[in-house]
Amino acid sequence: MREEAHKVQVQCEVNGQAVTLEAHPMARLLDVLRENLRLTGTKEGCGEGECGACSIEVNGELVNSCLVPVLHVDGAKIRTIEGVAEHGHLHAVQRTFLTRGGAQCGICTPGMVVASVNLLRRHPDPTEAEIREGLSGNLCRCTGYIKIFESVNAACRPKERRA
Amino acid sequence: METRVIGKSVERKEGLEKVTGVARYVDDLCFPGMLYGVTVRSPAARGRIRGIHFESGIPWDEFTIVTAKDIPSRNCVELIIEDQPCLADEIVNHPEEPVVLLAHRDKYLLEEARRAVRIEIDPLPAIFSIPDSLARREIIWGQDNTFKSFHVEKGNVDSAWAARDIVVVEGEYETGAQEQLYIEPQGMIAEASDRRGVTVWGSLQCPFYVHKALVRLFGLPKERVRVVQAETGGGFGGKEEYPSMIAGHAALLAWKSGRPVKIVYDRSEDMVATTKRHPSRTRHRTAVTRDGRLVAMEIDFTIDGGAYETLSPVVLSRGTIHAAGPYDCPNVRIESRAVATNVPPHGAFRGFGAPQSVFAIERHLDRVAEIVGLEPHELRRRNFIRQGQTLAVGQLVTENVDMGQLMDRALELSGYHQKRKRFERENLRNVTKKGIGFAAFFHGAGFTGSGEEHLASEVALEATLEGRVRVLAASTEMGQGTNTVFAQIAAETLGLDCDQIDIVQPDTANVPDAGPTVASRTTMIVGKLVETAARRVQERLFETELLKPGYDPREFADACRFYNERFGPLGSRAKYEHPLELHWDDENYRGDAYGAYGWAVYVAEISVDTRTAEVRVDDFVAVQEVGKVINPVLAAGQIEGGVAQGIGLALCENVVWQEGRMVNGQMTNYIMPTSMDIPPIRVFFLEVSGGRGPAGAKGIGELPLDGTAPAIANAIAHATGVNITRIPITPEVLFEMLESVHA
Amino acid sequence: MRAYLPGYEMDAPRDLAAALERMTREPGVWKPLAGGTDLMVLLQAGTLSHKRFLSLWGLPELRGIEVGREHVTLGALTTYTEIRRDQTLQREFPLLCRAAAETGAVATQNRGTLGGNIANASPAADSPPALLVYDAELEIVSRGRVRWLPYHAFSSGYKQMDLASDELIRRIRLSRTKSEWKQHYRKVGTRRAQAISKVCFAAAAHLEGERMVDVRIAFGSVAPTVVRAAQTEQLLRGERPAPGILRAAQETLSREIMPIDDMRSTARYRRQVAQNLLAEFLEFLSQ
Repeated sequence: MREEAHKVQVQCEVNGQAVTLEAHPMARLLDVLRENLRLTGTKEGCGEGECGACSIEVNGELVNSCLVPVLHVDGAKIRTIEGVAEHGHLHAVQRTFLTRGGAQCGICTPGMVVASVNLLRRHPDPTEAEIREGLSGNLCRCTGYIKIFESVNAACRPKERRA
Repeated sequence: METRVIGKSVERKEGLEKVTGVARYVDDLCFPGMLYGVTVRSPAARGRIRGIHFESGIPWDEFTIVTAKDIPSRNCVELIIEDQPCLADEIVNHPEEPVVLLAHRDKYLLEEARRAVRIEIDPLPAIFSIPDSLARREIIWGQDNTFKSFHVEKGNVDSAWAARDIVVVEGEYETGAQEQLYIEPQGMIAEASDRRGVTVWGSLQCPFYVHKALVRLFGLPKERVRVVQAETGGGFGGKEEYPSMIAGHAALLAWKSGRPVKIVYDRSEDMVATTKRHPSRTRHRTAVTRDGRLVAMEIDFTIDGGAYETLSPVVLSRGTIHAAGPYDCPNVRIESRAVATNVPPHGAFRGFGAPQSVFAIERHLDRVAEIVGLEPHELRRRNFIRQGQTLAVGQLVTENVDMGQLMDRALELSGYHQKRKRFERENLRNVTKKGIGFAAFFHGAGFTGSGEEHLASEVALEATLEGRVRVLAASTEMGQGTNTVFAQIAAETLGLDCDQIDIVQPDTANVPDAGPTVASRTTMIVGKLVETAARRVQERLFETELLKPGYDPREFADACRFYNERFGPLGSRAKYEHPLELHWDDENYRGDAYGAYGWAVYVAEISVDTRTAEVRVDDFVAVQEVGKVINPVLAAGQIEGGVAQGIGLALCENVVWQEGRMVNGQMTNYIMPTSMDIPPIRVFFLEVSGGRGPAGAKGIGELPLDGTAPAIANAIAHATGVNITRIPITPEVLFEMLESVHA
Repeated sequence: MRAYLPGYEMDAPRDLAAALERMTREPGVWKPLAGGTDLMVLLQAGTLSHKRFLSLWGLPELRGIEVGREHVTLGALTTYTEIRRDQTLQREFPLLCRAAAETGAVATQNRGTLGGNIANASPAADSPPALLVYDAELEIVSRGRVRWLPYHAFSSGYKQMDLASDELIRRIRLSRTKSEWKQHYRKVGTRRAQAISKVCFAAAAHLEGERMVDVRIAFGSVAPTVVRAAQTEQLLRGERPAPGILRAAQETLSREIMPIDDMRSTARYRRQVAQNLLAEFLEFLSQ
């Protein structure tokens, strides 16, 4: 006889909306976002916290959602890729990823964009070393990172920010 | 040639969906009543299946269970031959070979069930290396473990060794397996029933390969099988063959359960069970005159194909043709073979045999230069092939290629000459030693020889009532820019903007077969068909006088509407026509191997910390001639990404094997470069001679994988004096070599 | 995700007392879970054998960095990001900040905790060598008992800890006596970020004139536990960091470590590199 899953209710805010999540307390936040909320923008690339494809922000901090048990976000403010553009206006980083070729196959892109947005909030005018370090937890197999650096750099310049 | 849209860095067609997280990959799709599926795999490398046991504690009656007995038609994954079973029946030939499939709606219970299936195997002796396979320690495939062999002969190699005043240099070079490591793991969703046939959606490069495999597996007529490409998160060749296997599995479960079934691999299953780059061993024996002119080259090239043939003959073919490099040598012999071992079959990975053989020759020529007492660039300069000369397979070089000039440009841009001398001086007193090295190479675009002719690719184009143009091609977008490049080509031809072009999702029910998205062929071969089809639609409109030359996009839209109202649907097809001047002899393996070549010289600047033998690439210059660059940002992105994969191949991507199984199948333990491991990569395109693609484009996707690793290896040799003969050059391996240099 | 989720349980006690109460009443039944960066990986792989967890994440008694006159004391749930951001730690405990900066990448540093790292007892962990150099002490609590333990006595063998099933690490205390020492940290990993170390080195020396009056040397990834090279330290104490003493120090070091072959590296490489890093340290001291 299989035990019934012991579920909990977690109250949090996701992309500005209050939500109640019902899930097993150790369910991965990644799965709860994708399945319960159908927010499929956040991706699973490795399940080990290595690739960063599952990157989101919890209370403004970048985390790998594949390693966060959903119980831990009770009362938290969560932002996923779906919450980066505001009212249909792309974030500067999203704009420059389009103009500078920061996205190729796109699977790492949601996590990479969230990580870039997070980086620019902490370092509004980052050096190249700060960009490289800020994105070092987000693996990309297509771009070799070069055009991602260029995109993030371009997003810091006022001309692009106004977009 | 003046172009309006071609040559511009038009934004990625599906970019908006990608940067907002809206693009739907296979794991983002959900069907009503869908079940999840998993695969139970062989624990042994080789043996007879004695029994399959389903342990207690699982409600097995709730599960759909599929084994080889459930396969409706032929138990095989159709590719070139039918030796690979879709599910192992009596014998297993490699670890992780699929044996049992399970489906259930609860994906957690499904994993418990997977753990509760025990496959009992009576082991048979297994072999895991090229030497053991060649020695025939066990015969595990065919009569002699050999999937395929080639023999290429130019001039008279045997008599050349007897020549006077020559220097003979020998060397042996090895490359290891490399995992494609697309960030999106493999996945498929299938619906299948007797009534409705089979439909699959998935992460894939070649819809019609999957289609062909499913037709064979189920014994269904072609119209009752349908394959749809979902947004695909990277392929690099890893999704050329394997999707046929996973599609077959999902379809079998769907067939038996009567419900849609989704199979998505987790990272470790993907790594250990799917294809990797073929490991290789190359032996060179080279005769040069004392002033460095090549007299004879004898090359022995072997690749490890794993347990089944899959695409090994084609990988071998490309590796063989590229083995002698872009050099003029009067006497060449290449003997090559693909052999079987009891590991999961190796498969396509960007470069497809050429990275293996090019590593060998470019490392070897630096060694030859050293022994003869010439600078590496001088040795190359004296031997580069030129227009009017013939390659080893006998292809006459018709392009006006100047490799010497290309090399000079690369050396100049990288500061090679000054750095070469400066590093040698400074290394004498530094613990961290620096080096700079290069590789000169070429890469054929399109399928080898008569391959394109056999593919007989086809593309269709439609102009709708609203004046939108739809491109119907089976070529898949997986990040390399297919959608955007096709849109640019159609827009250029028709005098429109890219926004008016729609690239239809590759769906075998809706698009003709343009062949697989591989072999650096998409822009050059299929793009050309898009151009032709677009021109035919334009000509039709001119013929009916609904449109006159010099029209604007509005007039085009009006003309389409008039045409549709008066005559009906407006569309065209274009089918591949093999250039009459290209001839290939399949039997003797001679002739025009490729319709066009990209030519390149890459330069790597590295540092070695002799305390830890860690290698860092400090700067990288990639200079290539690839015909017309359709989209500069996309093209540079391809080179940069390819160089990054080449850095991994050279330095850190090491598959650790134990009894035929990859044991480091986690991203923690299989190391690909992060953003902190990549140097500035400076990319330069020389657009000199025209290729056969639109506006003179050639293929570029695979090129960077050929030259990156040997450039790095040559730089390390320069920095340390160590003769690098294997990749990956991990610190552990380099450390031992540094110790022996000092001893 | 290979774990059978319904087979697991996790509760979040409202405070530390409640957590300890539960662990005392049901000894061995409940294991603590901090940031999850180690345990959730095992869950994903289907290899997390323990089934019932108490989530300590967010418990205020386990957070915070307290700067006292003689010590800096960190709550067990201090994250690597918090370590990196703390100004006192940056100034006086640079080895710990370096270790935190080289652990994973940003996202891991936001969730990984010092206490979780210590309790996981991996010999390849990046912070423990720094903790050994700083003579760290652990405050270990259970319901009704508090004890302090020098960190170097905490682990007696591979993944073996002096931590009973009803105990938790509450705080880590570092004494502020080494801020003037010359300090050196080097992690040799599989790549420059997101890397497990092959050899991890932390060291500090108190120089008077040219002599090493006192020295601490610690390694990770070269033994079943993180290791303080006490005999090497003893040999070096009082000496000048000159080539003359290096050979003897390296030989002593080689006897104090027990590196192995594993999928990441080899025993030979680890042994040789450990000795080379010692040489690098002595060179650094003599500059």
